[in-house]
Amino acid sequence: MKILVNADKCQGHARCYAIAPELFDVDDYGQSTVRGDGVVPADLIEKAKLAIANCPEYAIDVLED
Amino acid sequence: MAERTPVKDWETDFDVMDSRYIADPFTIWDQLRQTCPVAHTDRRQGAWLLTTYDDVTEAAHDVATFSSIEVGVIGADPDEVPDRVLEYGLPPISADAPVHTWTRRLLLPWFSHRRVDEYEVITRDLCRRLIQGFVEKGHADAAADYAQQIPVRIVAQILGVPGDQADVFTGWVRDVLEFADDRERVKHGAEGIFNYLTEEVQRRREDPRDDLISQLVHGEHDGVPIGEDIVLGMAALVMIAGIDTTWSGIGSSLWHLATHPEDAARLVAEPELIDSAIEEFLRAYSPVTMARVVTQDVEWKGCPMHQGDKVLMNFPAANRDPAHFDRPDEVIIDRAINRHVAFGSGIHRCAGSNLARMEMKVAIEEWLAQIPTFSLVEGAELTWAGGQVRGPRVLPVQFP
Ligand code: HEM
Ligand code: SF4
Repeated sequence: MKILVNADKCQGHARCYAIAPELFDVDDYGQSTVRGDGVVPADLIEKAKLAIANCPEYAIDVLED
Repeated sequence: MAERTPVKDWETDFDVMDSRYIADPFTIWDQLRQTCPVAHTDRRQGAWLLTTYDDVTEAAHDVATFSSIEVGVIGADPDEVPDRVLEYGLPPISADAPVHTWTRRLLLPWFSHRRVDEYEVITRDLCRRLIQGFVEKGHADAAADYAQQIPVRIVAQILGVPGDQADVFTGWVRDVLEFADDRERVKHGAEGIFNYLTEEVQRRREDPRDDLISQLVHGEHDGVPIGEDIVLGMAALVMIAGIDTTWSGIGSSLWHLATHPEDAARLVAEPELIDSAIEEFLRAYSPVTMARVVTQDVEWKGCPMHQGDKVLMNFPAANRDPAHFDRPDEVIIDRAINRHVAFGSGIHRCAGSNLARMEMKVAIEEWLAQIPTFSLVEGAELTWAGGQVRGPRVLPVQFP
């Protein structure tokens, strides 16, 4: 699985960071980015799905399943 | 105070200050979502009321049609002459781009999760001291003695004003937000806030310190010092937006736990559920409704909206919409999927949401650590505020 935060949609609710700080970082202005290249390690796939399902702005895109 | 006659028809004559709406808005929203999702009232110069998740989030994102220049749920009377007009109101909340964009950017770092981690220490300490003040008595007003005392002191710290003025600040903010129907009280609260902050701004001009007001006073935008109106508006916004809202969130959470002892017991046994529980309290008891102003005549969802019309962005009702939430009227503290919009949606997403979440979490954790079982005092009267900000104001609980 590979994910990306859409910077135009992200409004900094920080739900992704609260659920999966291993996968996301949120900067001082609320902008979220995925850590590294966005490839989700197998043991974090459930958390990634939860983060995606809780983002109120639908800002986390799945690039590869 | 404006004359308030009972509402006969919620679709065409709603009133968010009606006592039934304040006591139980949930059944009213459920009905409106089914029969009239864009309701209208002629009261108070007229307004529209949105109750579905899709409508509320769509309108929040459509900033070209729905402007933020007037976000008060209860507007001023048309013939009212305010004493002090700030050119941009309280930016960023009452501004559209471009002023919104840069004023918001100045505030955000004060509420980043890194900053909020620093405030957590003082918040925890404050909560413990408050509880020590009443734990031996076996009873307390969980709203006035506890919830109300927390956010105001953290906001004071950020602004750089003394925390011992907490009750005065709280009084002003309540005048502005909760008693918006009583224009004398609104005037009194607004005057209090602006006179106080005007002096603080002056003081920081000569003697800058390490606080938000100093940063704004000595700040620049595009190489030009930030105007005094904007500094005052921003500082006032942090005070107004940061106090009543979070206190309401803490109070509603405690009300829920007092009336649902099984959830309190579960949180004590499984403290790792605190994050999802707070998100669920935010969803089910969302404190904040905002307003917008229609920028041009438009037919929206089949409704003829006119330029200048007020539209109520009912985030609390959106969060109870069955189209987006399974069993929306149940509070499920381990709800896994919860895309609630208690902090708004789109570019005005609550700038203080990291702080508010931390305060709610710490307040509930500390309460449960020392008072794991508690209930409402039987027969005691509870009061709720509603309209722009919903939450309990008198919440007598016992823990013998
Ligand atoms: C549970 C507590 C809170 C709730 C439910 C809440 C809710 C909201 C909502 C719904 C908005 C969006 C307004 C709109 O769309 O017009 C908002 C904006 C805002 N809130 Fe909060 N808020 C809370 C706590 C706080 C705190 C603690 C602060 C700061 C100390 C704060 C500061 C702000 C600011 C500055 C804005 C304006 C953002 C902008 O317009 O860009 N809020 N809040
Ligand atoms: S939850 Fe969504 S909107 Fe919020 S920071 Fe993460 S990606 Fe951005």
